[in-house]
Amino acid sequence: MVTRDTLLEILESVKDPEIPTVSLVDLGVIYNIEIEESGVVHIQMTPTFAGCPALRFMQFEVERVLTEHGIAHRVEVNFEQAWSSNLVTDRGRERLKSFGLAPPPRFIGEPDLEKLLNKVPCPFCDSVNTDLRNPFGPTLCRSMHYCNDCRQMFEQFKPV
Amino acid sequence: MKPEALKELIYKMADDLLILGHRNSEWTGIGPLLEEDIAFSSMAQDKVGQAQNLYQILHSLGESEPDIVAFTRNAPQFHNCQLVELPIGEYDFSLVRHFLFDTADALRWEMLTISSYEPLAQVAKKFQGEIRYHVLHAKTWITQLGSATEESISRLQLALNYAFPFALGIFESSPYEKEIIAEGYFGGEELLKEKWMEKIKSVLNETQLILPDEKIITPVLGGRVGIHTEHLQPLLDEMTEVVALEPHAEW
Repeated sequence: MVTRDTLLEILESVKDPEIPTVSLVDLGVIYNIEIEESGVVHIQMTPTFAGCPALRFMQFEVERVLTEHGIAHRVEVNFEQAWSSNLVTDRGRERLKSFGLAPPPRFIGEPDLEKLLNKVPCPFCDSVNTDLRNPFGPTLCRSMHYCNDCRQMFEQFKPV
Repeated sequence: MKPEALKELIYKMADDLLILGHRNSEWTGIGPLLEEDIAFSSMAQDKVGQAQNLYQILHSLGESEPDIVAFTRNAPQFHNCQLVELPIGEYDFSLVRHFLFDTADALRWEMLTISSYEPLAQVAKKFQGEIRYHVLHAKTWITQLGSATEESISRLQLALNYAFPFALGIFESSPYEKEIIAEGYFGGEELLKEKWMEKIKSVLNETQLILPDEKIITPVLGGRVGIHTEHLQPLLDEMTEVVALEPHAEW
């Protein structure tokens, strides 16, 4: 029977297919891990966005990795816990920044989008002299910004 | 549990989202600005994704798989309101439709967060976060263009006059309206419409646009019971073109 620590290490290897520095655990996509009495590992995942096309692939990846390690498993995707960008861990946020994506600002209650999407710190030079260019981006989870200091365009993982 | 009433509620919501998502995706590649092209494409993807999740809930209630339900029904079997099947027209119409529909949808999801049917309450909580961005986008454009120039104001006004009777069709009563409310699935179209009128009035008050007088408008009804315009079947034919070529293909 696998230990929880080993299990977490194994799951850490499953990354977001489009942001290969960040794991599904750090994103909060894998939100519940239980080792049942029988030894079967029960994983619960939740979609970041309803229309995210990578979700099915991410589920297969989790199942594949567990199978590779010979771990009996049951992986479910559900909405029992609605995903929020607040669930991204501190390590996930660092890893997003290292990839060049501004991490999502944390918020309490309902996000005040007009405030949260403006003056986003540039992931390259940390300046807040930045402008929102588009609350929508190349994927559902990203908004587009421009840094007036280092004069580069960058994306933010949207607060949701 | 009243399964027929519940399914009716979910079907009409899913169909609204699938059809509007498809329409909005028609802006991909031809949006008036790159940012708007991206915005409509992104919002369309959200809507189709939400539709898929609702069809998945219907599947768990005994309906066919989402792909079958989405790609093999014909127009009279769809329960979307007529507003969403209308062609995209010019950007003024699409923005007005986006504002009218998404404002209602955001309020609908808010009401559904307390649905007695747990799967619906769960997705409502999720979708609320997504639609917040859609409403922000619509409100920003309507507010800006609604008080900018003579041209922008008159174009939006004409679009609003045209779209408003169709928009009232969003709130067409369901054949199961009483059961839906009694079972606690949803607070009802009447209540939703009240909240919607208040919301759109508050946004339009910030502009030079005038909301048509509801009392003298005849709402365009029928969508909820399968009566559609001549636009829906061609939309479905196009949407299902690839699947129809090889219905049993493995994707």
